Amino acid sequence: MSELKRTPLFPVYKEFGAKTVDFGGWELPVHFSGIKQEHETTRTKAGLFDVSHMGEIAVKGPKSLEFLQKMTTNDVAKLTPNRAQYTMMCYSDGGTVDDFIVYMLGEDDYLLVVNAANTEKDYEWMVKNNDFPEAELTIENVSDQYVQLAVQGPEAEAILQSVTETNLSEIKFFRFVQDVYFSSINDPAIVSRTGYTGEDGFEIYFPAASGVALWHLILEAGKEKGIQPIGLGARDTLRFEANLALYGQELSPEITPIEAGLKFAVKVNKDASFFGKERLKEQAENGLQRKLAGIEMIDKGIPRHGYEIFHGEEKVGFVTSGTQSPTLNKNVGLALIRTDLAEDGTELEVQVRKRRLKAVVVPTPFYKRAK
Amino acid sequence: MNVPKDLLYSKEHEWVKKEGSQVRIGITDFAQDELGDIVFVEMPEVGDELEVDEPFGSVESVKTVSELYAPISGKIVEVNEELEDSPEFVNESPYDKAWMVTVEPADEAELDQLLTSEQYEEITEQD
Repeated sequence: MSELKRTPLFPVYKEFGAKTVDFGGWELPVHFSGIKQEHETTRTKAGLFDVSHMGEIAVKGPKSLEFLQKMTTNDVAKLTPNRAQYTMMCYSDGGTVDDFIVYMLGEDDYLLVVNAANTEKDYEWMVKNNDFPEAELTIENVSDQYVQLAVQGPEAEAILQSVTETNLSEIKFFRFVQDVYFSSINDPAIVSRTGYTGEDGFEIYFPAASGVALWHLILEAGKEKGIQPIGLGARDTLRFEANLALYGQELSPEITPIEAGLKFAVKVNKDASFFGKERLKEQAENGLQRKLAGIEMIDKGIPRHGYEIFHGEEKVGFVTSGTQSPTLNKNVGLALIRTDLAEDGTELEVQVRKRRLKAVVVPTPFYKRAK
Repeated sequence: MNVPKDLLYSKEHEWVKKEGSQVRIGITDFAQDELGDIVFVEMPEVGDELEVDEPFGSVESVKTVSELYAPISGKIVEVNEELEDSPEFVNESPYDKAWMVTVEPADEAELDQLLTSEQYEEITEQD
C-alpha cells in the first residue's frame, strides 16, 4: 500500500478535531464534530470544506473547443469566458468515464475540475484520444497547483463577502470571477458559485501555498455566523439529499448519464460527434431499461450502496447510495431500477443482509432549499 | 477514552459485564467514537442463540454498517428495545443506556478468553 496523499490543508485538520480516513488514496477528514451536526450546520448556517483532493486538468490551445466537444456530453460551445458547465465524459458505449465541471477561463483556455480518484484515468483517456499536435492543443494535469475550498450554506455569501472587495452577489449560479483577492492574502483566486451540497455557496480555487491562510481567514470571518469545518461524511449526505450524483455510485463505466437522470447535461443534438453519442441518443429518445429513482424504507433498515432490489422474487435493480437522511430523519436511497417499476408509489423490497425489507419509490430530490 | 475497569472486552470492541449468572453486552466507547453518529441498531431476538465470534446484529452510523460479533456463546434472554428508537444512546452512553443484549452464557470458560480493561486499552492504542 503506497502512502496516502495529503492536501496542503492536512496540517490544520487535527486542530479542529478531525478524524481522517483513506478516501481513494487520500487521507481526508471524514468528520470534525460529527456528520449529523456538520450536515445541519451547512443547511442552516455555513460550512467550510477542504476539497483540494479534486483534480484539475488544463486544456488549452486553438483546438481546445473542438477537442472538448468530442470528449464531453454537454455543449461546450455554449460557454463564454467566466462561465462553468457540468458535464460528463463517456466511453463509446455510453458508460461514464467521469462527471466534472468545465471552467472557461478564456478563449482556448479551459480548466476541468474532476473527481480525485479519476484524475489519472481522465487525463489518460483525453491524451489517448487527442490527435492534435502540441501547437494546437495541450492537456496538463495541474492538480497539485491548486487548493480548493468550498464555502456552502445560507450564510456563505455574507461570510465570504466580508473578506473580499469583489461583489459576490453579482456571481450567478455556475459563473465565476478570476483574480479575486481576499483581505491580506496576495494570491488571486477563482471563485465560482457552485457546490455539492444543495445549498447556495462558492468554490474557491487558490494557489496551494496560501491555502492554510485562506482556511483560517474564512473560519475567523464566519465565526459569529456559526461557520464550521465540514468533513467528507457530511459532504456525502448533503449531496445525496440534493440528488447530486457521486461517481462510483450513481455513475460508473456501467452506468450512462441518461440512466442516472442527467439528461440535462447530455446534448444529444449538438452538432459535434462525441464519445457515447449514439447510445445516449438512443436512450434519450427511445427510453430506458432502467433508471435512477428515490426509495424510502417502509420497514426498519437503511438502504446502502450495492444492496439488491427485488420485486417479488425477481431482482430488479440495486441501491446506488443510501443513508438515514439527516434533514428528513428518514431512511432513503437512490436506486437504479427497472424503468416500469420506477414510478412513485411502487412497492419494492431491499435485500438488507439476510432480510428483505419493504420500500417504496418516492420523488427526488429528498431536499430542496427554499429560494 | 473511557474503559471501565470492571468490564471484560473482546477484540471486536464489545464489552461484557457479568451480572450474576448472566452477562450484558454492548459496544465500547472506542467503538462508538470510531463509528460516529449511530443512526440504527439491528438486534437479534430474545431466544436467539449467540455463537462466539459470529455476527448477531449490526450498528449503523450515517456512513457505514458494522457487524456486532458475539464475544461469547449463549442464549439471549433480554434485548434493549429502547435502542430501536434511540440509537443515539450508543454514542451518549455506551456502557449504560446502550447495553444491547443480556445473555445466558453457554460456556463460562469463554469468559476467561476475553480481555481485561488493561489488555483492551493496549489494543485501542495500537489502532
